[in-house]
Amino acid sequence: MFLEVSLKLLEGFYVTLQIFGLTLLFALPLGLIISFGSMSRFQPLKWFVKGFVWIIRGTPLMLQLIVIFYGPGLVGTWATKAIADGGSGFLIEWLSTWHVFDRFFAVMLAFVINYACYFSEIYRGGIESISRGQYEAGQVLGMTKSQIFFKVILLQVIKRIVPPMSNEIITLVKDTSLARIVMVYEIIWNAQKFIKSDGLLWPLFYTAAYYLVFCGALTLLFGYIEKKMSYFRS
Amino acid sequence: MPILEVKNLVKSFGKTDVLKGIDFSLEKGEVLSIIGSSGSGKTTLLRCLNFLEFAEEGTIKLNDKILYEGGNADKMSDANIRKATLHFGLVFQSFNLFPQYTVLKNITLAPSLLKLDTPENIEANARKLIERVGLSDKTDFYPCQLSGGQQQRVAIARALALNPDILCFDEPTSALDPELTGEVLKVIKGLKSADSTMIIVTHEMEFAKNVSDKVMFMADGVICEMGTPEEVFDNPKSERTKLFLNKSLENI
Repeated sequence: MFLEVSLKLLEGFYVTLQIFGLTLLFALPLGLIISFGSMSRFQPLKWFVKGFVWIIRGTPLMLQLIVIFYGPGLVGTWATKAIADGGSGFLIEWLSTWHVFDRFFAVMLAFVINYACYFSEIYRGGIESISRGQYEAGQVLGMTKSQIFFKVILLQVIKRIVPPMSNEIITLVKDTSLARIVMVYEIIWNAQKFIKSDGLLWPLFYTAAYYLVFCGALTLLFGYIEKKMSYFRS
Repeated sequence: MPILEVKNLVKSFGKTDVLKGIDFSLEKGEVLSIIGSSGSGKTTLLRCLNFLEFAEEGTIKLNDKILYEGGNADKMSDANIRKATLHFGLVFQSFNLFPQYTVLKNITLAPSLLKLDTPENIEANARKLIERVGLSDKTDFYPCQLSGGQQQRVAIARALALNPDILCFDEPTSALDPELTGEVLKVIKGLKSADSTMIIVTHEMEFAKNVSDKVMFMADGVICEMGTPEEVFDNPKSERTKLFLNKSLENI
């Protein structure tokens, strides 16, 4: 039984890791773009991005998952009904084509947007903490703006944001369990199934081991990265 | 023919006028020291020459060619500003070395990004400059492993690597412990004999007296007095200069 449970949980943990890995893959660069938006000198863009980040950070991720998964389907049904009731027009016809996303896709969309917003604030804090002198030194040496950012600023930013980033990334590992709310079969879901099928509660407790091992590995990794970058001070 | 001609430079930040019409010229190989109390506009003048700030009015002419005309900043492309910047080098008060790079890489970074020469030549030139500022044994050190004076000497080598027509220093020793200022001033003095044209904003009066061909005393955004070190230090004409020099001497 133990082996059977272990394998089933491992299967679920594979989905957990997929959510985790894909979220990082897309949210890390997207967060950088969002942070540029929130630091933009073009005020309308800046406030639009800041408002968006406020909404995403101001509502539960679980709620966002539900809205993204069920929302488009509801809109589609409503629009189809409106057409049946005699409604017409380009917009309503387009809305009637809306339907629910694939479950996994909906989860990825919600996680990527949510985490990109959190990451963007970490990037912003890191970028704004670099002294003006670094930019000016690059400028008087005739470097272009992108050369200054990528060759001078970025590594210093990375060094400064490793601790807050590792915190956020470790939170992500455990937030993946929210995916079960829209029935994506990650590890918690797989463990809960044993309650119904075999009346076993311990597999649910046992999931902690998987999370702990993985987060432990991540902690070691971040420690290594911090040490790797300790050769300079900024 | 002067290498640098500055005419009627005006710069304000909001409602504060920082430069109220600065005129001066500089011959090739001359060393100009700018003295004056804090807030007199010395640093702003230097930053305008290096295009870190843009003057609203006035012209900057280099070798008889107009490099910048007041109010023109919006019309100048980023590329043109960068090109103009390269005529000037700037050594900052706070060094501003790139902390993640070694001494060597700090000096070679900009020349290699700008593709000024082959990588081999750029490195060879950088090593020569490191030797010139007396840091050959620190080539592979990171800035955090160096003293303030050593960092500032690296910053000087970094500025020299781009071969600027005019090298500017913005209070190069103000952030240093007194016992470290000597080594930096010695390096700057060494450049004088190498025929570099330099503009030095400084509070080191003795140094200004010894090293400069011209001294400019600024107060409230205007040039109060300009002349040879003997003229300005020994026979100041304006009351403000006298007052300032007396005060600086009191401190010693």
